[in-house]
Amino acid sequence: MYEFDYHTPQTIDDARALLSGRDDPKLLAGGQTLLPTMKQRLAAPSDLIDLRKVTGLDGITGAGDTLRIGAMVRHAAVAASDEVRQAIPALAALAGGIGDPLVRHRGTLGGSIANNDPSADYPAGCLALAATISTDRREIGADEFFLGMFETALEEDEIITGVAFPVPRKAGYAKFPNPASRYAMVGVFVAQTGNAVRVAVTGAGPGVFRVPAMETALASDFSAQAIADISVPSDGLLEDLHGSAEYRANLVTVMAKRAVQSAL
Amino acid sequence: MPADKGGNGAQSGIGAAVRRKEDFRFITGAGRYTDDITLPGQSYAYFLRSPYAHAQIAAIDIAAAEASPGVVAVFTGKDVAADGLGGLICGWMIHSKDGSEMRTGAHPVLALDRVRYVGDHVAVVIAESLAEAKAGAELIDVDYEEYDAVVGVEAALAENAPQLHDEVPGNLCFAWELGDKAATEAAFDRAARRVTLTFANNRLIPNAMEPRAAIGDYDRGTGDYTLYTTSQNPHVARLVLSAFVGVAPEHKLRVIAPDVGGGFGSKIFIYAEETVCVWAAAKLRRPVKWTAERNESFLSDAHGRDHVSHAELALDADGRMLGLRVHTRANLGAYLSTFASSVPTYLYGTLLSGQYDIPAIYVEVDGVFTHTAPVDAYRGAGRPEATYLVERIVETAARELDMDPVEFRRRNFIREFPHQTPVIMNYDIGDYDASLNEACRLVDYAGFADRRAASEARGRKRGIGFSAYIEACGIAPSQAVGSLGAGVGLWESAEVRVNPTGSVEVLTGSHSHGQGHETTFAQLVSDQLGIPIENVEVVHGDTDKVQFGMGTYGSRSGAVGMSAIQLALDKVIAKGRRIAAHLLEAGEEDITFDGGSFQVAGTDRAVPFADLALQAYTGHGFPTNEIEPGLKESAFYDPVNFTFPAGCHIAEVEIDPETGVTHIENFVAVDDFGTIINPMIVAGQVHGGVAQGIGQAMLENCAYDPESGQLLSGSFMDYCMPRADDLPEFVVGMTETPCTTNPLGIKGCGEAGAIGAPAAIVNAVTDALGIRDIAMPVTPERVWRAINS
Repeated sequence: MYEFDYHTPQTIDDARALLSGRDDPKLLAGGQTLLPTMKQRLAAPSDLIDLRKVTGLDGITGAGDTLRIGAMVRHAAVAASDEVRQAIPALAALAGGIGDPLVRHRGTLGGSIANNDPSADYPAGCLALAATISTDRREIGADEFFLGMFETALEEDEIITGVAFPVPRKAGYAKFPNPASRYAMVGVFVAQTGNAVRVAVTGAGPGVFRVPAMETALASDFSAQAIADISVPSDGLLEDLHGSAEYRANLVTVMAKRAVQSAL
Repeated sequence: MPADKGGNGAQSGIGAAVRRKEDFRFITGAGRYTDDITLPGQSYAYFLRSPYAHAQIAAIDIAAAEASPGVVAVFTGKDVAADGLGGLICGWMIHSKDGSEMRTGAHPVLALDRVRYVGDHVAVVIAESLAEAKAGAELIDVDYEEYDAVVGVEAALAENAPQLHDEVPGNLCFAWELGDKAATEAAFDRAARRVTLTFANNRLIPNAMEPRAAIGDYDRGTGDYTLYTTSQNPHVARLVLSAFVGVAPEHKLRVIAPDVGGGFGSKIFIYAEETVCVWAAAKLRRPVKWTAERNESFLSDAHGRDHVSHAELALDADGRMLGLRVHTRANLGAYLSTFASSVPTYLYGTLLSGQYDIPAIYVEVDGVFTHTAPVDAYRGAGRPEATYLVERIVETAARELDMDPVEFRRRNFIREFPHQTPVIMNYDIGDYDASLNEACRLVDYAGFADRRAASEARGRKRGIGFSAYIEACGIAPSQAVGSLGAGVGLWESAEVRVNPTGSVEVLTGSHSHGQGHETTFAQLVSDQLGIPIENVEVVHGDTDKVQFGMGTYGSRSGAVGMSAIQLALDKVIAKGRRIAAHLLEAGEEDITFDGGSFQVAGTDRAVPFADLALQAYTGHGFPTNEIEPGLKESAFYDPVNFTFPAGCHIAEVEIDPETGVTHIENFVAVDDFGTIINPMIVAGQVHGGVAQGIGQAMLENCAYDPESGQLLSGSFMDYCMPRADDLPEFVVGMTETPCTTNPLGIKGCGEAGAIGAPAAIVNAVTDALGIRDIAMPVTPERVWRAINS
């Protein structure tokens, strides 16, 4: 790890001031990706701006048909939250299946989606639930937020403050973990909100993506059988030591079916 | 097995499930590992490693690194060579079929002009802090000329393949053979049926929990060198570093292996890093410390396995084995590690008879250099490869004969002992029916058909697989291994020091790095001397304390190390009887030792052990011109044969055809380890070994990019170590035929799990899928492809 300066601002304004006033600052929102990268000397920010003391970034609040989770809420807190479990149990289950207990007690919702790892779980939940990401300056719909591998619509100095999830009628998440890293090799989040169904896939491609053919089929028949014969093309999917694109394409259908089953 | 002379058997003697004495300090963070030690004035070493699998070093510019803040020194291979140090060695000479010696190139401590694998040592930066050493290393400018690399054995043997060493044309280190080729060919000629199988035994990365570490220290007043290091055999490290590498004279070098957190073979070997730490400490007149980071462990710890084999089994019309023919290509990596050449030869070919009466066996092994990390002994070392081959082809043969695999094995088991195999080994004793039958009972083999039907009704595929393994432990005797090329003897030494208060220190040349010797060795002493286990201290891992030792590997510490302790204990008791004869005014022949007390037979005149110990040191009660005062004895024990643990592992799996995920429903391991000192520790050894065997079969795979030679599985993000939730509840059973060739009847238990498990898993998966073969690790995708092809 290279040397850096560490800051714990108390307010969003202070954090923003630090962001604009330093050479190569980075926001620290749990650090479950950033810190290992720094330890391997693959990242060398001049300053780390830890958001853990910033007010207004925590808390889980339900208001009618929307559940709002603060950007600095840890995965373990989401998993254990009665409000999340009642409103969107699939989201609590997703959070409870991220990494291991150490990761879940440090990693945060905002940190995860800002990083947008192609194998992270939260992007699938956000996209399938048509969440709205709030920042220090605007609101961004999930469809516009996730742009590709480790890319988002965030400006360089923009700070996520929270995410608003519309409460679905039914939702389910099924993950096939990479056996070594336990990241999602394929994770599929299925949500029926109102009369619309959204299916979001993480792990399989260079970024989270939706499967319109499955969404259409599930809108008229919300059953595993309805999508059993729908597959995504393997072209463009990820390939690595653990799974080929073809295998990942198979898993998309299998995990989508299991997500639907878990939502029933 | 000796009588329970001490009478402590039930509480703390042989056979008692004593809780491990050492665990309290380990699990409360009070262990003292090499990295926990900080010496005054300590500096920190960081090794610059090759980013290329194969490159010429045109130039190294260290000027900027030397000027970097906190940097004490930067050394390259030229500095090592200038001080006249030798290279790293391989301690086992293998001869090829044509009688020629194995071919190998130099293995410099730090690279001279060529790097041969990603992670090869290019330079060392020594600084006031690790961060400054790393910062300095980034300033070293190495001018590499990158060459083509080769990582697999087939590619390395191909014509025009990139060459590793000038001294090794065609990258072929040796072309070894064992067995009677003509007799085997004759067996195949008259065979009613032949079964063939070609497969790989996947490369593994050991990953002990504690990474390798070293601190070199030098006392300029006395000229004494001290090396603290993560070693399974500190005396061997001292011998190699002094006699071959020439870092320090043997009598001026002290090697201390303090608490060591797992080895699995990878800490047997003498590596560049500890060599550099000792050498640099003397040059700089200050301690030099190095602790591997996990990525360095992946890159530079000696790897395990990596064979490609073709096997053929000849059978008569009744399903009896007539002959076995094997051709194996073993990947040795870029350089020969300390015992690399023995693993795919004498620790492999000699076990190819398995538990079976096979009249003729012929095996050829080609040892091949590649641009990968050196390969050497890893838990089982050759024997897992042999067992996998034998048990895969045996299971395949049973299926092709349409015979029950259990019945097929029974038809071919060895039942008369001693049994001379066609491949050197002479099995002293065993009962293979007993372990097979017990394993079948524990897994409820009779109920398998119903369980399979139930799985099928749920859309799942179920299979069962057997592995009736044998292995050889306590590698011996010294003369025999010497004649096969070993550069060392393979005995063990022990010293039993009785203190005047009657407490005992046992100094052993074995080394405990997770095995629980502090408990089991103390149990033996408690048992034999009749003293409380708390009064026994086991001392190991320090060349200044223990006279000599060959260390711990190959499941040898029970069979060889404890036998040496037993011999020393026998001498202590014998001397005690002589002293007691004087104290009790009786003839020595009338003195018995039982229940912790020396007694005149048939009388109530007795002297307890602790009283006798005090008398031994006062010298008041016996003539010291006839009997020396004191009570301290030592022994060297050289076994007359290997020991042959054997057993039967059965795996039962269920497969999800949609994903290809294999779930282990049952895993039964029934082992015959001979005499068992501590059943709880033995069960733990089985659990750990089976976990590693399942790891190899289902999860672990060391992968290099075939073009660039980059290590693809270079972290736990990609190298899948087994975790608790990957493993089933193990069912462990025991049978017992005590070894006939050592005083305690112990066979050894440390590696059996890793040896037996892989074939059981793969046999179960192929059974479930109805296919002939599937490559390890049996990943979900491989299973899914097998189902959908």
